[in-house]
Amino acid sequence: MPESLIKMALELKNVTKRVGAVEHIKETSLVLDSGHFNVLLGATGSGKTSLIKLMAGLDPMASGSVWMDGQDVTRLSTQKRNISLVHQFFINYPHMTVFDNIASPLKVAGMAKSEIEGRVEEAADILQLRPMLHRRPHELSGGQQQRCALARAIAKESRAVFLDEPLANLDYKLREELRDQLPDLFAGRGAVVVYATSEPEEALLLGGKTALMRDGRVTQFGATADIYRNPANVEAARVFSDPPINTAEIQKEGNTARLTRDVSWLLDGAAADLRDGTYTIAIRPHHVLPFAGAGPAVRIAGRVQVTELSGSESSAHFDLGLPGSNDSWVSLSAGVHPYEVGEMHDFYMDPSAAYVFAPDGSRVA
Amino acid sequence: MKTENQKAWLFVLPVLALVAFNALIPMMTVVNYSVQETFGDNVFFWQGLDWFQQILRSERFHDALGRQFLFTFLILVIEVPLGIAIALSMPRKGFWVPVCLVLMALPMLIPWNVVGAMWNIFTLPDIGLLGYALNHVLGINYDMTQDPVAAWVTIVTMDVWHWTSLVVLLSYAGLVSIPDAYYQAAKIDGASNWAVFRFIQLPKMKTVLTIAILLRFMDSFNIYTEPFVLTGGGPGNSTTLLSIDLVKIALGQFDLGPAAAMSLIYFAITLLVSWLFYTLMTKDDLN
Repeated sequence: MPESLIKMALELKNVTKRVGAVEHIKETSLVLDSGHFNVLLGATGSGKTSLIKLMAGLDPMASGSVWMDGQDVTRLSTQKRNISLVHQFFINYPHMTVFDNIASPLKVAGMAKSEIEGRVEEAADILQLRPMLHRRPHELSGGQQQRCALARAIAKESRAVFLDEPLANLDYKLREELRDQLPDLFAGRGAVVVYATSEPEEALLLGGKTALMRDGRVTQFGATADIYRNPANVEAARVFSDPPINTAEIQKEGNTARLTRDVSWLLDGAAADLRDGTYTIAIRPHHVLPFAGAGPAVRIAGRVQVTELSGSESSAHFDLGLPGSNDSWVSLSAGVHPYEVGEMHDFYMDPSAAYVFAPDGSRVA
Repeated sequence: MKTENQKAWLFVLPVLALVAFNALIPMMTVVNYSVQETFGDNVFFWQGLDWFQQILRSERFHDALGRQFLFTFLILVIEVPLGIAIALSMPRKGFWVPVCLVLMALPMLIPWNVVGAMWNIFTLPDIGLLGYALNHVLGINYDMTQDPVAAWVTIVTMDVWHWTSLVVLLSYAGLVSIPDAYYQAAKIDGASNWAVFRFIQLPKMKTVLTIAILLRFMDSFNIYTEPFVLTGGGPGNSTTLLSIDLVKIALGQFDLGPAAAMSLIYFAITLLVSWLFYTLMTKDDLN
C-alpha cells in the first residue's frame, strides 16, 4: 500500500500546561492529520512552542492526553513517540559529520548499517546535501545546516514532524527557497507535520490547516484559506494579517454605519439586521485603496503619516482623525503611489470587505 | 584616497614600553647571567653555553624535571575529570546556583602561602585535624615529614583542593551556554546520558576545557609557594619540584649563572608544551 494512503493523526484531548501558578497552555483540544501542513500561527509568546513540546513529550502537561493513531501516548517518552523536531536554531551535533548527524537517530534505534546508508543518502539527495555528507555542521552555511536538520527528520521517518519556526533564522532568499520546497519534502511520507510560525504569509503559502494561537489558547482551527476569509473573532483577524488589519469602532443606527462625523455608509446583509449600537469593524489594508475601485466605495480622508514604497506595492499609514484615538489605518495598493507625508489624502474603503465584531470580539457579520 | 604614513606605530609605543619593562628587560638580564660567571663586584667572565650544557646533563635537573612532570600529570588527571564531573552535577538554575558558585570560588581566593600553611597544620600528625584522625583514629601511619609517599599525596591533594574549582567554573560556564534545544534533540533521538555527554556537552565544552587545561598546566608546572610552605621540597628531595630546585640554586647556593640557564630551559619547556597542546587542540577549528 503506498504510504500516502496511510492516514496518521495526532490528537490533543483537553491538554493544559502549567508552570507554577501560570497556565501556559489553556485547555486545548485539536486533531491534526497527515497529508497536509498543520500550521500553528501566533505571535511570539502565544504558546506555539509550548504546545509543540507537549505533543513531543518534552514537557509534562498538567492534564489531558495526547493520542497518535488512536494510541494514547501521554505516558510515552519522547523517544518512544517516534517524532522529529526541527528548531529555529540550527541544531546539529557539532562534532559529527553531516552523514553521522542524519544517521544518529537510526543508529540509536539499532538499524542495520546498509539500511542506514540507504536512508541517509536518500534524505541527503532530497535536500541537496550529497556533496557535504563528510563535512561538519560548522563548515556549512546556515541554510545547509538547517537542511541537515531537516534531512535528519526525513531519514528518521517519524510519525510526527514538528517544525518550530524553522526558517526564522535564515536570510530572505534562502527562506523563500526552502519554504517552497517544504511541502514537497513531506508529501507522501505519512507523517503529521506541524509547523509553527508567527508570519501569516507563511501560513497562507504552506496551505493545509491553520490553528490560530493567542495567550496559550487555540482561538480558531480549520482550513487555512477558510480562516483567512472568515475570522471567527477580532483577534483571529488581527493575527492573520500582515500588515496589521485596520480596526475602528462604528456606530450602527438603522441601516447606517457611522465611522466619523463625515464618514458613514449604508449596511446590507447580516450587518443590517444587527441591533443598533457600537461595533468594531476590521478591514484588510488591501481593501483600503488610494483610488475609487469599480465597486461601492466609502471615501475616508486621512493625514498621511508614514509611507513605504516597494517596487510592487505602496503602503500608507494615515490618521483617521477620530477623537481620542491614536489609531492609524494602513492602505496597501499595487504599484507605486505618490504620497506626501503630512498631507491629507483620500482613501476608498470597500465596506463589503469589512468584518463586523460585537463588543465581546465575536464576529457578527 | 589612502594616505600611507607610519603614525600607527606611535600607538604601539606605550604597550611596547610596558612589555619592555615587565618582560623583555628582566628576561634579557637572565640571558645575560646565563652566559657569564660572576663573583659579585660587577665582574663578569664569559662562559658561552657551558651553564646550559651543565644543567642539561645534570642528574639533579633531570630528577626535578621528572618530579615536575609527574606532579603536573597527576593533578591534571585528577582535576580535569573531577572538575567536569562536579560541573555536570551542579544545578543550572535556581537558588543553589550562586551558593554553589561562591563555595566553588572560595579555595581560589585564599593566598597561596596561606594554603600551604593551612595544609601543613591540617596534616600534622599530633595536632592537625587530618593528621591526628589518620594516625590516632584510623590507625594509618601518616607523616608527610618522614614519608615521601605521604608528602606526595599531601601536595597533590592540596593542589586538587585549591584548583579543581577553576576547572569546575570554566566547565560550568561552557555547560550553561549550551542551548536547551540540543538536549531536546538528544531526547528525541533517544540518546543515552553518555551519548549526550560525549556528543553534545564535551564538544561544546572543548574551548573552555582547552583554556582550563592550559592554565592548570602552566600554573602547576610553575608551582612554588604551596609546596615550599608545605614540605619545603622534602623529605629529602622527594618533593623538590623544578621551581624549588631553581630557587635553591639561585638563592641557596648563589650560583647565578646555572640558575639563569635553568630558568631559560624551564621557560622554554613550559612554552613548548603549552604551544604544542594549544596547537593540537585548536587544529580542527582552524581549517
